[in-house]
Parts: sequence; C-alpha cells; structure tokens
Amino acid sequence: MRQELTLRGNHALLTRANPLAKFAAVMLITMVLALSIDWVSASVALAFELALLPLAGLTPAALWQRGWPLILAAALGGWSTTILAPDSGSVLLDARIWSISEGSLELGLGFMLRGLAIALPAVLLMSCTDPTDLADALAQKAKLPHRFVLGTLAAMRLVGLMAEEWQTIGMARRARGVGSHGNPLQRLRATLGQSFGLLVQAVRRASRLAVTMEARGFGGAQRTWARKSVFSGLDAWVFLGGLVIAAAAVASALAAGTWNMVFLARQ
Amino acid sequence: MSDSDTSACSGVRPATITARGWGWRHAGRPRPAVSGLDLDIRPGERVLLLGPSGAGKSTLLHALAGVLGDSSAGGAAGRAAADAEDADETGRLLIDGAPPRAQRGRAGLMQQDPETQVVLSRLGDDVAFGAENLSVPPAEIWRRVAEALDDVGLGRLPLDHPTSALSGGQKQRLALAGILAMRPGLILLDEPTANLDPAGVLEVRDAVGRCLDKTGATLVVVEHRVSVWKGLVDRIVVLRPGSATDSAVLIDGPPDQVLAQARDMLTAAGVWVPGYVPPTRPRGAGGGAAGASGRSAAANAAGQLLLAAEDLAVSRERPRRAGLRGGFRPIPPVPVQSGITAQVRAGEALTITGPNGSGKSTFALTLAGLLAPVSGTVSATLALSAGAGIDPYQWKAQQLIARIGTVFQEPEHQFVTGRVLDELMFGPRQLGRGEDRVDELLERLRLTELVDANPYTLSGGEKRRLSVATVLAAHPQVLVLDEPTFGQDANTWAELASFLSELLDDGTAVVSVTHDTEFSEVLGGTGLSLGAPESPEPGKVAAP
Repeated sequence: MRQELTLRGNHALLTRANPLAKFAAVMLITMVLALSIDWVSASVALAFELALLPLAGLTPAALWQRGWPLILAAALGGWSTTILAPDSGSVLLDARIWSISEGSLELGLGFMLRGLAIALPAVLLMSCTDPTDLADALAQKAKLPHRFVLGTLAAMRLVGLMAEEWQTIGMARRARGVGSHGNPLQRLRATLGQSFGLLVQAVRRASRLAVTMEARGFGGAQRTWARKSVFSGLDAWVFLGGLVIAAAAVASALAAGTWNMVFLARQ
Repeated sequence: MSDSDTSACSGVRPATITARGWGWRHAGRPRPAVSGLDLDIRPGERVLLLGPSGAGKSTLLHALAGVLGDSSAGGAAGRAAADAEDADETGRLLIDGAPPRAQRGRAGLMQQDPETQVVLSRLGDDVAFGAENLSVPPAEIWRRVAEALDDVGLGRLPLDHPTSALSGGQKQRLALAGILAMRPGLILLDEPTANLDPAGVLEVRDAVGRCLDKTGATLVVVEHRVSVWKGLVDRIVVLRPGSATDSAVLIDGPPDQVLAQARDMLTAAGVWVPGYVPPTRPRGAGGGAAGASGRSAAANAAGQLLLAAEDLAVSRERPRRAGLRGGFRPIPPVPVQSGITAQVRAGEALTITGPNGSGKSTFALTLAGLLAPVSGTVSATLALSAGAGIDPYQWKAQQLIARIGTVFQEPEHQFVTGRVLDELMFGPRQLGRGEDRVDELLERLRLTELVDANPYTLSGGEKRRLSVATVLAAHPQVLVLDEPTFGQDANTWAELASFLSELLDDGTAVVSVTHDTEFSEVLGGTGLSLGAPESPEPGKVAAP
C-alpha cells in the first residue's frame, strides 16, 4: 500500500555502491544516448543494462512491475515514430497517411530502443539506491546544502502518506455525496475538490513535520552525520562501467555507420 | 557510575522553567493565546497541564520547545506597533534562565499525530536525526541510538526497520527515542496518546515513565485523560483561557489535591477526571432526537434487517493490473481480514472492536459501500436499498448518502465547503431535498453560533459535531462511525453518545468502530470482535 522508501531485502552488489557514483554512471550513459537516434548504440547500451539487472537485484519480472509504464511509453513512442516519420527507402506498408518504410521503421526502432536504454538506468538506479543514502551522498559528497537535501528527503516520506490520504479523502467525499460519476465537467470539479482537500492535509502535515524537525534541532548551520557517505573501490568500477557502456555504444554505432547526431540530423 | 558507562542519566541535567508575566499572541489573532503566566517548575518535576481548549496549553509547550514563530521581540516598540499581522510576546519565559529558542536540544517535543513525529524512513536514522543536528560525534550517536531504542522498548527491531511499518504507539515511542538521543533536560508531550488505541496509550505512557525514572528529566505533558498520567506526574497545573486581568494559572498543586479541589470545574471543562464518566442519555429514555423528523422510524420497525455482510474479505488495496504472468487481468489484493459475517438492523447498534491492523475500519468502510469487497458480499435489503440495487458499492454517491452515512475519523477529510451552514446544506442539496432537518441539527449539535465560520477553523470537538451533523443531514438509515470518540473531551463525548442513543431509539442503525468500551456500553447492541491480522481465527460475531 505505502510506497516503500527503504531497500530491505535487496542485498545486490550495486546497493553497496555510493549513490553519487551510480548517479554519475547513469548520467554518462543517458547523455551519450541523447546525442543520437540510432538503433545500434541504443541496443548495445540496452544489452549492457539488461546484463546489469542482477547486480541491482532486479529480475525481469520485478523490472516489468516497476518500469512497465516507461516500457509501454517507449514502445508507443517507437510505434508512432514508425508510422508518422517521413518515408525513406522502400515502403513496406501503406495505409493512406500512415505508412511504414524501411527508413521510418529504422527510425522508430531506434526511437523505442533509445527510450528504453535511457529509462532503464534510472529504474536501475532507484531500485538499488536508498533515498536516505542518496541524500547523505548529495549533502556530504556533492556538498549540497543539508537543510535543502534533508528537507526534501523528509518531504518524500510524506508523498507516500499522501497517496493513502488521497484514497481516504476520495472515500470521505463519496460519503458526502460527491461522486466521481457524471459528465467530464462534474468529474473535473470533483477531482479539483479532492485535490484541494489533499492540499489542505498536505500543508497541515508538512507544518507539523516542520515543527517536529525544528524541535529536534534541525536548521542549524552545523551538524554531524551518523552515516558517513564514503567512496570505495566499487565506486571506481561503477563509474568505469558507465564509461565503458557509453563508449561501447558510440563506438559500435560509428563502426556500423548508424551514428546519427540528433542536432545535425538531415531531414 | 563509572566513566565508561556514560548512559542517558549522566548526560542529562534536568531543566528549570521560569515564566514571569509571559504571554503570546499568534500572528493575525486579535487576542493572546496565553497572557500573564507566572510559573516555576523545578528540575525533575513532572507536570500535567490541564485546561479547557483555548487555554493555550499547546502554545506554552511550543514556546518551551523553541518552535514558536519569531515574535516582534516583545519590546515596547513591538507592542506599540501592535500590528495584528505579527506575533507578539510579552513577559519572560526561560529554561535554565535563558530563552528556549537559544538552546536547541535542551527540550524535546512530542506531538499528537504519530505520522508527523517520524522524520526518516529507517528506524535507526530517525533516532539519530536529532543528535546529528546537535553535532554529536557519530560514534556517540550510535551508542545513544541503541540505548534510546532499548529504553523505549524498540531495541529488538533492526536499525534498518522501515518506520512506515510501525504502529501508532510504536511511532510515538520512536519519537520518544529520538528525543532521548538528544539528551534533553526537558521533555514536552503535547497530547502524545490522543490518536492511539488503549494498548498504544499504555505503551507510550510506560515508556515515558521508564525514561523519566532513568534520566530524571523534567516533564510537562498536556493530555485530556488524567487517569492515564495521574500516577506518573507529581503536580497538576490548570490553565485558564487568555484574559487580560487574571493570572493564567487557575489551580496548581499535587494531583490528588487539585483533582479534589477542582473536580467540578475540570469536568465542566471537559477534562477526563479519573473515576468520572459523564452522564449520558440512557437508551429508550424517550423524547427522541428527531421527534419531527423520525422518518426512518416510521419506515422501519426496530430490528428490521437493513444490511448484511456474508463471508466478507476486506482490503483497502484495489486489484492490481500489472504483472508478467497475470497479464492484464486484475490480481485481487491480500485481504487484511476475511470470513466476516455481520448484520445491521434498524434501531440497533453494532460495535466493531479488535486490535490495531485487524481491519476494523476497512470492514466498516466496505460495509458502508465505500470499498469493494475482496470476496464475499455486502447486501442491502429492500428496506434500505429502496430500488437502488443490492450492492452499496455500486450505488451512486447521491444514492449512498441518503441510505448509509459514514463519519470518518478525521472530520477535515469530509469538509467540502468553506462555511458551516453550507456544509450542512450540502447533502440535502445534492439530493434535491428540502433543508428541513438542518436547523434542527444545528440546534441539537450546538452549531447555531458557528453557521458562518469556516469548518477548518473550528475546535476538535466542534469539527466532530459538525461532521456528524453533515452526514445526518442527508437522512441515512444507517450511520457508520470510525472511532468517533478518539481524542474528544468528555463534554463532546457525552453529547455524541447521548445523540446517538436518541438516533438509535428513533430507528437509525448505528455501526461504530471503537476502542471505547464506555461508549459502546451507552449504545448497547451487538459487538463484533475482529482478530489480529495474522491470526488464523477469522472475525466472528460475538454475543451481545
């Protein structure tokens, strides 16, 4: 029911890496893939990423469970690119304005694979990274202001609560005669009312939480950290891994001649 | 005590509190919440703070915790400006001779809502949070964490235990551990057990007692239920609502003496004095609530079956639709409780009890047509459904409120307008009915003075009365209440119990989820006791 923010039960190798190293590796891969729409670089990166699933403690089933909206979105994006992109090469299927050609199929496939290859590292990162550890690393290693980082972290706990609260408010309002039935306008009004109710509760909760944090001495300029965020040898490997995947993707696309810089794309 | 054994006791220096003519006006309010407070609390004293709502008890606790917003310095200039937009402090309030704001960590504060007493997701991290903010060295922090968790009785849980998996009582004990890890000389508790079931109340009270015995810290606790804290405190201070001329302290002394002296005044103020159950209207006393509006009584003879649950399994979760193997077929959730059979009859009360997590509220919400059953059925008889169909969950919202009214635990969840009168008119307007019952409900639940107020600004007791009135305005034959007496003062409690007893006599069926045995005694009827969630024994209908 409640969104779990801890990683109990996941003891995979990558859970022990510093979140900042994982974050850097993900950024490397994502940035390289954002440069080109081609199926070779995307599928090479994707193959590497799928191979890394066990290291993050993910099974294909768990990946589907966590990432199915992203996977569906990537597939949909690929499909619409395929049918809508300008044709080039021989036409494989023609249904009036919708046509599939070799060129558009290649582009659509590249688009889908690229979407997956960009989304997957993020799913991987979040499934093997505890938000608390990420906050520790951001404050201690990346030197972001601790008040901002810890405030955000505490607020994230409330987001899980808010999901429950949304359901409760929905029921409470139905018990007042506010239905989610009727025409779209009525439904919109009902949803707006429910959102307002949630907003009120969120503000109340947030201000009480702020009092709790302040009463525990939060907000001073100095603090110590009970959990020291450290880099280890593993983190060097994680960063290197990111670099290798990014490089392999570019190199194979260049070798295959499919490298296709987005910004220089020929129309 | 040896040097290596620097346990909680050695780090704690009990705090002294001194108030001299202290007062506080919140920003934007015309009158001060507290004024003219003179009070001395010696180191290690344990004080229970009582008083009617509006006496400024929470304000005092927040001030001592150093979390009240900045005032306009309280200087002559500040007061001369008398700008209602700024908060205003008068007199002096000191801990160990210095202002509380300047001494972070000297006092620890626990508030009412367990959910907002937890800061972080893992047990150990949450306890460490306060000590980290006070720049305690990490090695020392983890020693304090282990000790504090032991002291509050959570020492057996692993440090990475998810805090979201704790019960309300455990969350409050966790908050206490987080406070203890700061080694405060003053512990402030603001209605720490108001949101807890009876077992949770005792859990928290006993943990507080153990920790005070060990550390010797000063305690100030605000709580309605005197009997819970009486054995633990050695002094009771009764405050009176802010007044320009009188002293803010009404009575001050040892518990027994204060309770003897001020018993009548305290019961009149709605304080739960030990050994006192406020008088309520007995069942069958005549003079019904709704003499003029006894519609349901006319429609249904007492004992008429209205609603039945058959082998019901309940869960708050909806069926899930994602999974490789299940394809896109919905997967039913795991029920929190199953095998429930119960009947709701006109003019009869059904009281649902059971430990935390046994699915009491979930069952009540399912019975009320707000949640879909996981398996089994909820069916309305013709006497209730009047052509709307057998399954209340399938009814439209308007059909539902005219038949089954549900009062949620948190009144604010049900507010849909910005004015008390509009709240009450809302149900009848949805149904296209006259507003004949509204005036009567306003009168009966003492809301007449408040018709133009914003529901969110009412006191706890007023919000509760309003939430009951709004649901009844739609004239349901079945009334479902989720913990209606939680955190209520004795006056609201008695009013509510009397009012429901009248409704029952008028033929309304009343289903309540409650831990309050005195409340269920007033209502009478049948009890349904649900077992612990992991218990193999499912819920059963108990004897009346």
